Amino acid sequence: MANHQTVDFEKNVSRALNDAQLRKNFKFAMGNFVVRRKTIFSDAVETEKLRATGNAIKQRALRKLPELLEQLEKKCAQNGIRVHWAETTDEANQQVLKIMQDHDATRMVKGKSMVSEEMHLNKFLQAHGIEALESDLGEFIVQLNNETPSHIIVPAIHKNKDQIAQIFHEKLPDTPYTEDVQELNAIARKTLRQKFYEADVGLSGVNFAVAETGTLFLVENEGNGRMCTTVPPVHIALMGLEKVVEKLADIPPMMRLLIGSATGQLITTYMNMITSPRKDGEKDGPQEVHLIILDNGRSKIYTDDQRRQTLQCIRCGTCLNHCPVYTRIGGHAYGFIYPGPIGKILNPQVEGLESAGFLATASSLCNACEEVCPVKIPIPELLRRIRNESYANGAANTMDGRGYKRNWLEVMAWKAWSFANTHARVNAAGLKILRRLRLKPPRVGPVKNWTQYRTAPEFARQSLHELVKQNGVDHE
Amino acid sequence: MERFDQSSTQLLATGATMRNYPDKPESVYFFGTCLADMFYPAAAMAGIKLIQQQGIKVIFPARQTCCGQPAYNSGFPDEARAVARRQIDIFYKDYPIVVPSGSCAGMMRRHYPQLFENDPGIAEIKEFSERVYELSEYLVNVLNIRLEDRGDPIKVTWHSSCHALREMQVTEDSKSLIRQLKNVELVDLENEYECCGFGGTFAVKQPQLSGVMVNDKVDYIIQSGATRVLSGDCGCLMNISGAIDFRSEQITGQHLAEFIWERTNGQPPNS
Amino acid sequence: MSEPSRDRIFARLKSAAATAAAPAAQPEPLPTVEYSHREKIEKLKTLMEAMRTEVHITSEQAWLGRLQDILKQRNIKDLLYGPRTPIGAALQQKWQNAADSLPELVPYEVEIEEIKERVFKVDAGITSTMGGIADTGALILWSSKEEPRLMSLVPPVHIAILRADKIYNSLAEVMQKENWAAQMPTNAFLISGPSKTADIELVLAFGVHGPKELIVLVIDD
Repeated sequence: MANHQTVDFEKNVSRALNDAQLRKNFKFAMGNFVVRRKTIFSDAVETEKLRATGNAIKQRALRKLPELLEQLEKKCAQNGIRVHWAETTDEANQQVLKIMQDHDATRMVKGKSMVSEEMHLNKFLQAHGIEALESDLGEFIVQLNNETPSHIIVPAIHKNKDQIAQIFHEKLPDTPYTEDVQELNAIARKTLRQKFYEADVGLSGVNFAVAETGTLFLVENEGNGRMCTTVPPVHIALMGLEKVVEKLADIPPMMRLLIGSATGQLITTYMNMITSPRKDGEKDGPQEVHLIILDNGRSKIYTDDQRRQTLQCIRCGTCLNHCPVYTRIGGHAYGFIYPGPIGKILNPQVEGLESAGFLATASSLCNACEEVCPVKIPIPELLRRIRNESYANGAANTMDGRGYKRNWLEVMAWKAWSFANTHARVNAAGLKILRRLRLKPPRVGPVKNWTQYRTAPEFARQSLHELVKQNGVDHE
Repeated sequence: MERFDQSSTQLLATGATMRNYPDKPESVYFFGTCLADMFYPAAAMAGIKLIQQQGIKVIFPARQTCCGQPAYNSGFPDEARAVARRQIDIFYKDYPIVVPSGSCAGMMRRHYPQLFENDPGIAEIKEFSERVYELSEYLVNVLNIRLEDRGDPIKVTWHSSCHALREMQVTEDSKSLIRQLKNVELVDLENEYECCGFGGTFAVKQPQLSGVMVNDKVDYIIQSGATRVLSGDCGCLMNISGAIDFRSEQITGQHLAEFIWERTNGQPPNS
Repeated sequence: MSEPSRDRIFARLKSAAATAAAPAAQPEPLPTVEYSHREKIEKLKTLMEAMRTEVHITSEQAWLGRLQDILKQRNIKDLLYGPRTPIGAALQQKWQNAADSLPELVPYEVEIEEIKERVFKVDAGITSTMGGIADTGALILWSSKEEPRLMSLVPPVHIAILRADKIYNSLAEVMQKENWAAQMPTNAFLISGPSKTADIELVLAFGVHGPKELIVLVIDD
């Protein structure tokens, strides 16, 4: 965990805001997702019932988390899936490496997995001479260009088709330049087909793991996920420990919420349910299936009732789509694996406040995210919690880096504000002085920041308190 | 632009339940808000007068100051609690409390119970919160106000501030008031429900982000063809008007209460 | 190496679970729609066609003939199938009696390691289905010894046989009625159309890594 801020957020924001193409791409794409969500969830009353159900299912699962994880582990073992526990991303990387080495494997194909991004798995494997090739089209594109994804669901949304055409043309052998989307897809299909065929190991994420039956649920549209989890002889599934749900019956509403929120669809092309490796007499499928369950700070988050709600997240990406900040700066500017509103509450809790606490200030608390979150995570409440902890205020829990922002200037300023606003006469007197002096505050700090884009407001000649008296309103 | 049924969705989305509005009372409290006190007193005065015009007595406790939201959002809950406690003590009688701001009303109604959740006096806090109404919602649902437009034709647009929209769900109420004025043409804003970028301290802590958000909002306002932008929130107004002025655009920002008073009384609320 | 980790993780989780917040209110159960037999077929057909699936309503008598037409139209040269299934038996019989030149039937009855190249080169694959789901428009397939998983994934054309009386209202219904919780297969999956993506500028493109075409023959008697 870093213990100081290494992300130059101001610079990232500046760069993003000045990138006209980035802004155009995100405005278009996010606007699109917003409309799609409204369309698929057009019945407001039913949608709210569904969200309440999603919230209840996740809360129930979280309340029983240790028990469900034990049940999942037991069921998986019975079915032949090997379960590994990784407290840190380092451990998880080592576990993946060991499985690869046990099989003398050098070629991995990957389905989409945000956990693998948390682990920086690709770089780690590369350093050990292993090719970890992304097979989801968006991830494939960003990997070719040596970038990270800029959105949880559509990783390459920041790229235009001419840029993608250029990337394919330059980075893939014998590939002509074409901007035709169908042709670009055909190129990806052909390239990856060979890779699926040859891969030693397939890696995937997990959307939901059902404890009742020990089944891993994955949804996708492209088919690359099924390829990764069926063709190679070994399948490794990565999941955060919060992804377990209690029963099969929990799946239909959760899927409706996840898929509707993520892509505005009723259902994805494929819903893949994996319960065991190839059994005797079966002809295909991996002979070994491994499930690596990652902690990486989640169990710590779990220990606080309020913060635990962060773990309800099902990684649908809809909070990103509705966020006025994300729409304007895109995913890379955040500087951490998870962008958008969920990133603002998750990254500080995982990476520590000193390195990621700044993210919690990058929000106007407009509540757009909370309004659409399919599992009703109270994101603004958690943002305030992080802000409180940054100043060592409010409920105490061991959030790493608590109080890192505390400084005498702000503490005194708020104490003074509190005094003035609990002593009305002091407040009124202060206001009179400010007005009489027609104080032009020096253009530094907050004043400078305000007046960069706006004219400063003027104090009214008479305060409301004064007007009220003047107008004979009862002011007991 | 797609018209979306705001009221029912928003009502349910953030867990708010439908309100049962009481009958017209004899007296109400008025909470002016700190921003109105400093920068927009005429707007708050208009709100008071609109209520008085309906035959209701308005009481403005002199010692009121601020709802506490600035500290609450900035990471200083203890200071917010101290200021909130003061307001709760001041507005002690069982009158409805009318607030000309969705943001401050939201703070008092939705967030006070959270701020004081571990307080032994929480029952009293909840009782206080139940009495809080945003001005538009009160005029429409309790006072059943009827407005007669005495002004010249004008094209206006509405900025639905985030907390009025999402915490208090009063946007439709506000718009219905504007629609009562027969010479006023209300045009929609593109991306109407997007934040204007004020967010209190957000505006000064993240100036680039706030700046681009308010400038986009101003662009949409210009595109709408309106000559006036109305809002029920002084924070948003300060932000948007400030940006309009900075860009020397010929559009005026005005608080809804002040606008309604002028249109129906033919004069500003201070005279 | 991972056992101490497991212990530490569980220690934290268990200490917190003891003080967990009160149970959330149980929300109302979600609405369940009941479609008639006809409606189920219509709903499934409409939704799957919207996802570029080709859906044919046919009968026990006619489906083989329809299949042959489809194969001929597309110039399909070989067809991967599972010989030890009812449809496999039907295909074998039909092919034996057929006078026309038909595509070669390729049985998938050895382990993938021995037939991988063929599976990846074949033009089409045909599978039975466990059923269908009307409210979202999807096929249900369960992997089995007789019909290996890759059959519905690798060939560029996937033909699926669906019995109309096996169409359920919803996923929730089939899970409950067929008691999936008692035993899940190695691999179960839902398919709602040919593979697709919108990763490039949100422009929808079909035929990515899964089949480019999905053809469903609904047997309705």
